Amino acid sequence: MEFLLFLFRRILWSILVLVGLSIVIFAIARVVPGDPARMALGPTATAQQVADLQEKLGLNKPIVEQYGMFIAGLSRGDLGRSLLTERPVNDDIRDTFAATFELVLATITLAFVLGVPLGVAAARWKDKWPDTLVRVLAIFSAVTPSFFAALLLQILAGYVLHILPTTGRLPHNMEFVAGITGLLTIDSLLAGRLDVFGEALRHLLLPATALALATMGQIARITRSSMIDVASQDYIEASRAFGVPEPIRVFKYMLRPSFVPPLTILGLEFASLIGNAFVVELVFAWPGMAAYGIRTILQKDLNAVMGVVMVSGVFFVLVNLLIDVLVGFVDPRVRIRGSR
Amino acid sequence: MANALLSVRNLSVQFTTYGQTNPVLKGVSLDVPARSQIALVGESGSGKTVTMRAIMGLLRSPPAKVTGGEIFYDGRDLLTMPDRERLKLRGTAMSMVFQDPMSSLNPVFTIADQMGTILKYADRRLGRSRNGRERMARVHEVLGQVRMRDPERVARSYPIMLSGGMRQRVLIAMALLSEPRLLIADEPGTALDVTTQAQILKLLKDLVEERGLALLMITHNLGVVRETSNYVYVMNKGVVVEHRPTAELFEAPRDDYTKALIAAVPRLTGGTSFGKAGAAA
Repeated sequence: MEFLLFLFRRILWSILVLVGLSIVIFAIARVVPGDPARMALGPTATAQQVADLQEKLGLNKPIVEQYGMFIAGLSRGDLGRSLLTERPVNDDIRDTFAATFELVLATITLAFVLGVPLGVAAARWKDKWPDTLVRVLAIFSAVTPSFFAALLLQILAGYVLHILPTTGRLPHNMEFVAGITGLLTIDSLLAGRLDVFGEALRHLLLPATALALATMGQIARITRSSMIDVASQDYIEASRAFGVPEPIRVFKYMLRPSFVPPLTILGLEFASLIGNAFVVELVFAWPGMAAYGIRTILQKDLNAVMGVVMVSGVFFVLVNLLIDVLVGFVDPRVRIRGSR
Repeated sequence: MANALLSVRNLSVQFTTYGQTNPVLKGVSLDVPARSQIALVGESGSGKTVTMRAIMGLLRSPPAKVTGGEIFYDGRDLLTMPDRERLKLRGTAMSMVFQDPMSSLNPVFTIADQMGTILKYADRRLGRSRNGRERMARVHEVLGQVRMRDPERVARSYPIMLSGGMRQRVLIAMALLSEPRLLIADEPGTALDVTTQAQILKLLKDLVEERGLALLMITHNLGVVRETSNYVYVMNKGVVVEHRPTAELFEAPRDDYTKALIAAVPRLTGGTSFGKAGAAA
């Protein structure tokens, strides 16, 4: 019961955040100089043609009314048409979002699966060589811009060692149509195509690593300091006095309370992760939302820009909601206080 | 007291920090006979906590190092016995009641989980076997013994759902899980309000008497000494300066430090007696 209340409050907040986001982005997109109709039609179009298109897009209506139209469409799940591709924005995003989603999912997994054990090891051997190694590694990976990491990895693994593919999601000669999830790794397993799964994973590895490095470094650092902090708590000393063996102390009593800060950091890092994903996608020719998003922004393709931003925003909010739930699950103090 | 349950002989401990070595215990001796209630009193930094941690085997070395002496439990020297043997005693034959109920319980696990885990590994060290249900039955039983009205509910709770007094009783229950013969209490209830602390001390005393345990009470509070002990050791600067039956000590303290300690207790009438003549330290 208390947990449902906690969840309900978080969902309510998320909706408010999304409404705020839509207003801000809507305003920014219209404040930026440049006439979308003129840009879409090109320099040779006549003033009459531009005026017609403006009329058609509703650009000459008051901005509040335009926002009302946008929200009305959004509530029907309709993001409007893209001027650039001349297709519904829904379709454009559906085709590209799955690739981005798969990349980001792989990134988070990688960052957490590598970052947490590194942090635990550093804390366990504090001030010994594993700690030093992890700290140096974490600093380096945290300060390396992801596009730079992407280029380095591409050169190293792709052109020098020739061990991993550097572009796309699958080899050109491989025939596979994504199924319901749109995630190649999952769809290929559902279809029983292990060959496709292997290739999808190989293609995913480099971009996901490039993207994961920064987050992994942060998670390792936060996990380390959080473990060290928990290690000095009275309750850890108490469990030692009661004869609880060290592995249980470290991996149960220390790790679980230490999970909250890295989870929270992951939620915060997620925003920059989506931003970085756009850059990494360009480097690896990953057919995600990035190329579409960037082209539409440059073209002031308003509906498409709003669509891409809103989808990213919903994605961000959902991930943070999930993290809130996880934090509440890990730490009962959060869900007990949160429901009050 | 040759046949004491716990006997500390000439214990010396030094700490090395930042390249400096400081003796912290300089030949401490004390005896805790079976079924006795002993207090170890002294101000912060007197070495009482280090003594306790040395007995429990909780000193970390480095920085700590035992440089001399023996600690006999039931006639066997804890300092020379193999680690495995010593681990069998820790948390089982000799157990600790922790001081701060707000910070000594893991906030993210239920009471049942924490007590069950302690019991599981205590059983394992002692070569006993109990399944999960039997363990829970024992957890509920012990929670009942510390006068919890609804042991099942308390067991299901997270620490944050319990009051300070209840958490302190949980800490006592944890120490009692494996039926220890010696209970070492580190100023239990200091973090609680006075009324609750009084209840906790009463409960502890009752439990110790009911089950015939030996109690070593570590404290800086002379009121607690008077309430809970019949024999007292006074520590200052790493040595025991005086040890006598509790009643005698309060009537006629011999050592200057003890006199100062007793004189430093604030009184309700006539103001406080801080800074009276003879206040050493």
